[in-house]
Amino acid sequence: MYRYTDFDEAFVRSRVAQFSGQVQRRIDGALTEEEFRPLRLMNGLYLQLHAYMLRVAIPYGTLNARQMRQLALIAERWDKGYGHFTTRQNIQFNWPVLQDVPAILAALADVEMHAIQTSGNCVRNVTADHFAGAAADEIEDPRPIAELLRQWSTDHPEFQFLPRKFKIAITGSPNDRAVTRAHDIGLRMVRNAGGEPGFEVIVGGGLGRTPMIGHTVREFLPKADLLPYVEAILSVYNMLGRRDNKYKARIKITVFETGVAQITALIEERFAEIRPAFGGADQALLAEIEAAFAAPTYRRAATDGYDAFYQADPVFRSWADTNLAAHKNPDYAVVSISLKAHGATPGDASADQMRVMADLAERYGHDQLRISHEQNVILPHVHKSHLPMLHAALHAAGLGTANIGLISDIIACPGMDYCALATARSIPVAQEIALRFAELQLEHAIGPLKIKISGCINACGHHHVGHIGILGLDRAGVESYQITLGGDGTETAAIGERAGPGFSATELLPAIERLITTYLQIRDTQAETFLQTFRRLGLAPFKAALYPAEVTSDAA
Amino acid sequence: MSRAPTAKVVTANDLLLGDAVYLTADDRWSRQHTEAELIDDEAHAAIRLLYAEKQKNTVVGAYLADARQGPNGPEPVHFREAFRTRGPSNYAHGKQSDATGAGPSRT
Repeated sequence: MYRYTDFDEAFVRSRVAQFSGQVQRRIDGALTEEEFRPLRLMNGLYLQLHAYMLRVAIPYGTLNARQMRQLALIAERWDKGYGHFTTRQNIQFNWPVLQDVPAILAALADVEMHAIQTSGNCVRNVTADHFAGAAADEIEDPRPIAELLRQWSTDHPEFQFLPRKFKIAITGSPNDRAVTRAHDIGLRMVRNAGGEPGFEVIVGGGLGRTPMIGHTVREFLPKADLLPYVEAILSVYNMLGRRDNKYKARIKITVFETGVAQITALIEERFAEIRPAFGGADQALLAEIEAAFAAPTYRRAATDGYDAFYQADPVFRSWADTNLAAHKNPDYAVVSISLKAHGATPGDASADQMRVMADLAERYGHDQLRISHEQNVILPHVHKSHLPMLHAALHAAGLGTANIGLISDIIACPGMDYCALATARSIPVAQEIALRFAELQLEHAIGPLKIKISGCINACGHHHVGHIGILGLDRAGVESYQITLGGDGTETAAIGERAGPGFSATELLPAIERLITTYLQIRDTQAETFLQTFRRLGLAPFKAALYPAEVTSDAA
Repeated sequence: MSRAPTAKVVTANDLLLGDAVYLTADDRWSRQHTEAELIDDEAHAAIRLLYAEKQKNTVVGAYLADARQGPNGPEPVHFREAFRTRGPSNYAHGKQSDATGAGPSRT
């Protein structure tokens, strides 16, 4: 794992000192809110509905046990004993008081963490495949590139005041688990005809009020060209991006208004201009970073105990079937720990649970943890012989829910329970759906299904790319929920289609149930997923299920 | 029956705690919506908002929110404002866990 250099350490410490002074001056009255607001946002501090919220970056979703324990300590000492993991591989603390924030940032710096650039019109936390460094289908670990981008973008003088926020996602696998097509820049590792690894570069994806799937501006970019190429994209966007209208300021609009061919030409032109100035220092730095991400020393031991346990214990088998993914070492597994116990708040972990996960990462997982954009925690390297013990420990801590990728593994943004921008609540909707389908004991029969819920059109809950997307709106002073269907956040990315008029909070759950019942009736075979059925039959049968009365009246 | 013009309260967030607060008729900031000054007159509302906006070292982001008279004092009209008087629905945190309205015990 990457360790801070003296430079990183000094930079983060000096930022903590700087912001501590700014907080004190705000409290003393020397700074007005207008002056303080951009400073606090640069350091991840928001003011929400009921309290301040501190958003802490977990770069490319990677943590070690010591860092996870520090998050637990922060949650207990300065918050209400829990933290909320988000779709951008951040953790949010919902209840800090203003004068404690400097101490929290200092505690983060003690474990090489920070909240810098988790807000503002700059390059945000670079997100990565949560199975990075472990997945069987991976070409190369994308995290060294993500770390290079983090260092390059942190306090980059040219890119601190972009037209709007800028999000980069990276995956080292052809199977896209990082939603790269819905980011400002998506980097997807591929091989060229010669077998060399490089990147497909995708630009102009994004969700929010104008959802768009990104466009490929380079089919294959050699790794050595990556940093100057990304800089060229930012540079073109910085010049062309619209600062006159906040709603048209993201690069997706720039790409749309400029045209893909034209923007590609401008990027290539700028790239040709700046490439010669990259004399190899970035590659030397990348080589150092890559060394820090070397694979762990894998344990060599028999795995037949795991096989026997798998056959013998149905509870373990159910968990293994849903929560394990293939590791590049056949004796290992990638373990997803669900933060979606039925009825719990998606993405929340208590301080005790954080400590349990940290202990288990040390005992069974080579001291590595990951946070997924789907708001779960990953132990990327677990030897199969350890899985039964790991599962027992997780189960005892309320972390053994066997639902990864199923209907109750819901993404939900904080919504109007916390967020000042929200137009409706998300969390109670997720809780109700999860509890209802657990009660019906249907979720394993339904199979892979991604429900994603956002409490406003900014789409932090990724509803546009949910197989079932739910968007909470305020309709004449009442919470109303719009359903989209057929969204997909993977390499076959698609924006979901709006099914029709919204549902009230009480109508929504029965509507979802009708949708699922219909799917179970019309799927070809048990193996056909919801998304496959939708792609085969289109919106019509699902629309009929959602709005039965309208179909009847149309027929009459 | 025609609707009466909407009454207002002045609300903001406390600078130090971030908690929702309401301007009272005697110029205090209360954590209880029921203690807010319920303002029927538009011009008076504008004056009270200006007064609130001057409290730069006490509160942040003052604005006028719709309200109506209830049995125990002013009540919020919109669900967003109702949530601000209670706290989140997933945990008993915020004002709902603190019946005295004195804010979090640790200050």
